[in-house]
Amino acid sequence: MFADLPLLSLVIWTPIVGGLLVLAAGSRNALDARVLALLVALATFVLSLPLYSGFDTTTAAMQFTELHPWIAAWSINYHLGVDGISMPLILLTTFINVLVVIAGWEVIKDKPAQYMAAFLIMTGLMNGVFAALDAALFYVFWEAMLIPMFIIIGVWGGPRRIYATLKFFLYTFLGSVFMLVALIWLYLQSGSFAILDFHAMKIGLDAQVLIFLAFLLAFAVKVPMWPVHTWLPDAHVEAPTGGSVVLAAIMLKLGTYGFLRFSLPITPDASQQLDWLMIALSLIAVVYIGFVALVQQDMKKLIAYSSISHMGFVTLGFFIAWRIVDNTGSMQGAGMGIEGAMVQMISHGFISAAMFLCVGVLYDRLHSREIGDYGGVAHVMPRFAGFMVLFAMANAGLPGTSGFVGEFMVILASFKANFWFAFLAATTLILGAAYTLWMVRRVVYGPVGSDKVAALQDIGAREFLILGVLALMVLVLGLWPAPLLDVMRPTVEHLVQHMAVTKL
Amino acid sequence: MSFAMPDFMPALPEMFLLGMTCLILLLDLFLTERSRVVTYLLAQSTLLGALLLTFTLYEEGRALTFHDTFVIDPMGSVLKAVIYLATFLVFLYAKDYLRARNMFKGEFYILGLFGVLGMNILVSAHSLLTIYLGLELLSLSMYAMVALQRDSLAASEAAMKYFVLGAMASAMLLYGMSMLYGITGSLDLGHINSSTAAMEGNQMVLAFGLVFIVVGVAFKLGAVPFHMWLPDVYHGAPTAVTLYLSSAPKLAAFAMMMRLLVDGLAGLQEQWEGMLVLLTVLSLAAGNIIAIAQANLKRMLAYSAISHVGFLLLGVLSGTEVGYAAAMFYVIAYVIMGLGGFGMIVLMSRAGFEADRIEDFKGLNERSPWFALMMLILMFSMAGVPPFLGFWSKLAVIQAVIAVDMLWLAGAAVVFSVIGAFYYLRIVKVMYFDKAEPGLPAMSASLDLRVMLSANSLAVLGLGLFPGGLLALCVATLA
Repeated sequence: MFADLPLLSLVIWTPIVGGLLVLAAGSRNALDARVLALLVALATFVLSLPLYSGFDTTTAAMQFTELHPWIAAWSINYHLGVDGISMPLILLTTFINVLVVIAGWEVIKDKPAQYMAAFLIMTGLMNGVFAALDAALFYVFWEAMLIPMFIIIGVWGGPRRIYATLKFFLYTFLGSVFMLVALIWLYLQSGSFAILDFHAMKIGLDAQVLIFLAFLLAFAVKVPMWPVHTWLPDAHVEAPTGGSVVLAAIMLKLGTYGFLRFSLPITPDASQQLDWLMIALSLIAVVYIGFVALVQQDMKKLIAYSSISHMGFVTLGFFIAWRIVDNTGSMQGAGMGIEGAMVQMISHGFISAAMFLCVGVLYDRLHSREIGDYGGVAHVMPRFAGFMVLFAMANAGLPGTSGFVGEFMVILASFKANFWFAFLAATTLILGAAYTLWMVRRVVYGPVGSDKVAALQDIGAREFLILGVLALMVLVLGLWPAPLLDVMRPTVEHLVQHMAVTKL
Repeated sequence: MSFAMPDFMPALPEMFLLGMTCLILLLDLFLTERSRVVTYLLAQSTLLGALLLTFTLYEEGRALTFHDTFVIDPMGSVLKAVIYLATFLVFLYAKDYLRARNMFKGEFYILGLFGVLGMNILVSAHSLLTIYLGLELLSLSMYAMVALQRDSLAASEAAMKYFVLGAMASAMLLYGMSMLYGITGSLDLGHINSSTAAMEGNQMVLAFGLVFIVVGVAFKLGAVPFHMWLPDVYHGAPTAVTLYLSSAPKLAAFAMMMRLLVDGLAGLQEQWEGMLVLLTVLSLAAGNIIAIAQANLKRMLAYSAISHVGFLLLGVLSGTEVGYAAAMFYVIAYVIMGLGGFGMIVLMSRAGFEADRIEDFKGLNERSPWFALMMLILMFSMAGVPPFLGFWSKLAVIQAVIAVDMLWLAGAAVVFSVIGAFYYLRIVKVMYFDKAEPGLPAMSASLDLRVMLSANSLAVLGLGLFPGGLLALCVATLA
C-alpha cells in the first residue's frame, strides 16, 4: 500500500511543512505547538518505516526513486532515491528527531515553538541530503541545513553560544563552497548534475585529485577529521541538548556519507593515491583525540572528543580498502572495512545521542557539565545510573553492544591491511574505555559529591522512555546486527567493485 | 539625403513615460498637501502603464529605430520590466518614510520617473550619444534626489560628493567615447563593433579609449577602485532615496555595460576581460572585508552592494552568452534582495528614528518574529546560502567563470563569499540572539508596506525554490 506513495518526498517535506505549521501555531499556544511537533515527528518516523520494510535487499540499485525536472536550463532534477547506505541513515534521522522533540518537552522554556520548528525543518533537510541523487539538490539541502542549526545553537545554547554558532557556520560553509566548485566542474564536464552520472564518468588523475581535495574539505569539516575538528567541541558544548544530539547523531554522519556517495565512487583513483593521507588523519583522530578526551573536565566536551575519535574509525574503515586489496587480493576484506564503518555510523548515532541525553538529564537538574561537580549520582538516581553505565560501556565498545560490532569489524579489516594500522586502531579500545569509564566513575560512583547532588531527583517517565528506547536499540544492534548488514551488503559490494575499476 | 519618418513604436513606453511625467509635474503644482497622494497614485499607474506597453511590444529578435540610435531587444525589454517593478516597489516602500519626514512631495516621484526614463534610454541605447543622454538624465535625477532633504547636512554632503565624482566619471566616459569616435568615425555601436573587430595589430588609441569607457562603467556600477562615492551616498541619502539608488539603476548600469562592451566592443574582449578581472577581485575583496567593520546597516549594505557588483562582473568577464545570462540573472536577483534589505530599514524606521544602525535590529525576533524571519531570508540569500535566490545567482556566475577555465577566480569568489557570510550572519545574530533594548517604539508601518515587503522576501524564497523560470528567461533573452 505504501509502494505508490512518494515516500522520500513525504519524509522530506512532512517535517518541513509541519515545522512551519508549528511556527505558526506557536505564536498562540506553546503547548499546542509541542503536541503538534510531536505528531509531526511521529508521522515522519512512521512514514520512514516502509522504506525499511519495502526495501529490496537483493539489489544495489537506487530504490523509491523520484525524478522530476526542476531547473531545466542547467538540467537539474528533483531526483531522489535511497540505497543500502542512505536508507538506514534516514531511519536514524527520523528516529532521533522524535527523541529530540520529547527531550525538549519541558526543558525548553524560551520560545518552544521556534525550537521545535527548527528541529523539524532540519530533520526534513537532513533527510533530503541522504535522499538526493542530484548534486545541486544535494548541495541545497546540505547548506540549508546550516540555517536551523545556526539558530538552534545561537538562541538556546550556553554562555558562549554566539562564538560557537558563528564558528560552526563559517567553518562548515568554508568547507562546502569548495565542494560546490568541484560539483560545478563535474557538471560542466558531464552535462548534468546527476550523481550517478558523476559515478560513471571518466576523469583524469590531476582533476580527480583536485576534486577529491575539494570534497575532502567539505566532508572533513563535517565529520570532523583532525585538524579541522575544532568547531565541534565548541558547538557541542554550547548547543542545547537536542542540538548536541542531532549534531553528534546525524550531522557528523553527513560527512562520512559524503565520502561514500561522492569521494569514493567519483574519484576512486585519487582516493587510492591519497589513502595514506586519509589513513593517517583517521589514526590521528582515533589516537590523539582519544588522549585529548581523557583530560576533559566538561562532560559534553569529553563526549564531543570521543565522537571525533569514533568517526576516525569510520573514515579508517573507508580508506583501508585499497591496502586490503593490495595485501590479500580479495574484495571481501575491503567490503568488511566499509561495512564495519557503516555499522559504526549507525551505532554511534544511537550511543552519542544517548550520552548527550544523559548529560542533558544531569544538566537540567544541576546546570553544570563539570565532572567535578558531580559524584555519587548512583546513590540518588539509580535508574539513571543504570542507563548511563550501559551507554558508557557501549561507547567503550563492550561486546554485546552496538559499539562493539562496528569497531571490531574495522579493526579486523585493518589487520588485513597492515598490522600497525590495526594496532593503533585497537588502542581505542583501551583509550575509549579509559576516558568513558573514568568519567562514569567520577560522576556516577563514589561518595555523594555535594548537597546539590544529594537533592537530585531520579529520571521521570519521559526521560526513562527516551533512554530506554535508545538502550534497546544499542543492545539489539549489538546482539543481532544482521538486519542492518543485510540491507547494506549489496550496496557495499557494488561500491567496492566500482572503486576497484579505474576511471582514468 | 531624404528625411524618413522614424518608427516611433519601439520607443512607445519611453514616450508614454515622458508624457505622463510632464503631466504629473504640471498637475502636482495644483495639488494641496492633503491630496498629494494623487501624485503618488499617478506615478504608480504610469509605471504600470509603461510595464504594459513594454510587455505588449515584447518580441523575439531586435529592432533598431531613430537612425539606429535606439534598439529594442528581449534583454532590454526584460530589464525595463524589472526596472518598472523595482521602482514601483521603491515608491510604495518610501511612502510612509517620506510622510513621516515631511518629504512627501511631488519632486520625489517626478525625479524618480525621470530617472526611470533615463534608465530606459540607457537600456535601449545603440549609440554613444544615446548612452550619454540616458546616463545624464538618470544621474541628474539621482543627484537631486539625494539632496532632496535640504536641511540634512549628511544628505547635502552626500549629494555634493555624488555630483562631483559623478561629473568626473561622466567626463571620463565622454573622453573614452571621443577616442572611439576618433578611431572609428561613428557613434553607432554596431558600426563601432564591426570596425574595431576588423582592426589589426595593437591599437594603442583604442585600448586607451577602452580604459576610460571601463572607468565610466565601473563608476556607475560602483566597482572598486571607483566605489568611493557609494558608501557615503548610500549612507547620507534619506533611506527612501537609498532604496531607489540601490535598485533599478543597477539594472541600467548593467545594461550600459552590456551595450558598450558587448554590443560595441566585443572585438576587444581580451582586453576588457583583463580589466574586469581586476575590478572583480578588488570589489569582492574590498566590499566583503570592509563591510565587516560597519556599524551602520545602510553602510554595510552599501559595501555589500560593492561585493555583489564583483560577483556580477564575474558573469560579464567570462565573455560568453551563458556568462551574460548569468550576470543578468545575478543583477535581477540582487535588485530583488536589495529592495528587501533597504525596505526592512524603511519598515523599521519612523518619525525621528532612522533604524539604520545594526543595533536597531536587536531582538527583532521578540518584537516581530515575522519580519525577523523575512530579514533572515534576505540576509541568508545575500550570503548565498541555499535554498534562497542569492544562492542560484552566485551559482550561475561561478559556473560561468569555471566554464572558461578560470578556476582560480571561482575559488577566490567563493572564499570571499564565505568572508561575506560573516556580516550577514551578524544581522541574524543581532535579531535572534540579542535581547531587545527597552523603550523602542512599536512598529508603525502601514499595511501595504508590510504586505509588499513580506511578498518581496517570500519571492526571494519562492524564486530560490523555483529559479528555473527566471533563469530560463535570462538565458532566452541573451541567446
